[in-house]
Amino acid sequence: MDTLFIRDSFLQLLSGVPLTLELTAFAFLLGLMLAMLIALMQVSRLRLVRMLAGSYVFVIRGTPLLVQIFLIYYGLGQFRPTLQSLGLWQFFREAYWCGILALSLNGAAYGSEVLRGALQSVSKREIEAAKACGMSGFLLYRRIIMPLALRQALPAYGNELILMVKATSLVSIITMMEITGIAARLISETYRPVEVFIAAGTIYLIINFLLTRVVSMLDWWLTPHLRGVPTTGNPEHAND
Amino acid sequence: MMELLQLLSFGPDGWGFALLAAAFMTVAVAVCGFLIGGIIGAVVAWGKLAGSLPVRLSADAYTTILRGIPDLLVIYLFYFGGSMAVTGLFNLWGQEGFVGVPPFVAGATAIGVVSGAYQAEVFRGAFRVLAKGEIEAGKAAGMGQLLLFRRIIAPQVFRHALPGIGNIWQMALKESALISVTGLVELLRQAQIAAGSTRKPFEFYLIAGAIFLAITWLSQRIFSWLERRAGRGISGGLV
Repeated sequence: MDTLFIRDSFLQLLSGVPLTLELTAFAFLLGLMLAMLIALMQVSRLRLVRMLAGSYVFVIRGTPLLVQIFLIYYGLGQFRPTLQSLGLWQFFREAYWCGILALSLNGAAYGSEVLRGALQSVSKREIEAAKACGMSGFLLYRRIIMPLALRQALPAYGNELILMVKATSLVSIITMMEITGIAARLISETYRPVEVFIAAGTIYLIINFLLTRVVSMLDWWLTPHLRGVPTTGNPEHAND
Repeated sequence: MMELLQLLSFGPDGWGFALLAAAFMTVAVAVCGFLIGGIIGAVVAWGKLAGSLPVRLSADAYTTILRGIPDLLVIYLFYFGGSMAVTGLFNLWGQEGFVGVPPFVAGATAIGVVSGAYQAEVFRGAFRVLAKGEIEAGKAAGMGQLLLFRRIIAPQVFRHALPGIGNIWQMALKESALISVTGLVELLRQAQIAAGSTRKPFEFYLIAGAIFLAITWLSQRIFSWLERRAGRGISGGLV
């Protein structure tokens, strides 16, 4: 094991961090918006709307992300003339945008399941109370249902963020030079997979650790009503 | 539509047979990886629950690290790292040149090591649901360690772990698509080959996706049947 080489590759891999973070942020935010839409569709009163959202989630969750990436990046290239006439070719030509599109479509399906659970967890009483105050439709969602549901969803959605960081590694296969892309290049140049793996793995672990901290801080900030309650240790481990 | 069926035909011009064989390869590598993961998961869960402090710490480190690193990196590690190790060994033996690890072995091991980390968490969670009283009752009835495990612990842990294990199986199955980077001709790699030779990437990736979907759907059905079966005789089904 060559620590100097590990340090060296660590420094080289750092140049891929901005792209990984950028892809994560873009795809995560796009995915979140789409996930909200799908989750709302899933709790809709209209059967057709529910079925539409349900089949989307079923198809996306039932197929590998890499197949989705290939389908968008390589598969849609087959329709180049059509896409060109629609002015979309600029977009589908770039691995960057195809990657973001695939990642957000994929993330949205998983995220919508988390949000659906959270939406369904909002108690009927609170909705009834809001209705009694005269709220309905958009206002009801904006003021009561969404804030409660998002707070409920946050811890689980934090996991989705970590999964998104890991998922961005797949776009290295369609030529994007983020952390894993650079790692693959280093491995093939130096034939030292173990050292490169340690360096790249460390970077991912640091990113994921920091993001986990951010999410739990956000969770702490959003749940002031749970603070200040004296507890004797973590209730989850009380029976150990 | 006719064209699509022609692509899928089992004749000499069709890709039906190749895709079917590739689907079997996907399932085979995923099953092997999943089983390796089951063994690793059980050992690591045991380490987390009953091990001494260093054992516990290393078990925790294992699950934290493997769940925080992209699977693709792990596959690269096992494929390239494994090949380096094997080459080194063969060179010691006096054989010259590069010797590669079979992609199937590297892929199944990589899936196993990753899914083992997830399975360990599921087993651990399921074990904690077990009431202490039942283990004590088993001991009081004179059961030894092994009998206790076989009759009391294993069946209950199995029942509680099933839903989580089902999810991990689906993960392993989808992860197997990543092994295409090592050149193993599983479903995605076969679709890539077919797409390259027919210049119809859209159709073939769509077909590959559809076959994956069929496999995940079928396994979902099997797991829910298993859950019903494991939960028989328990009021309210799975608790």
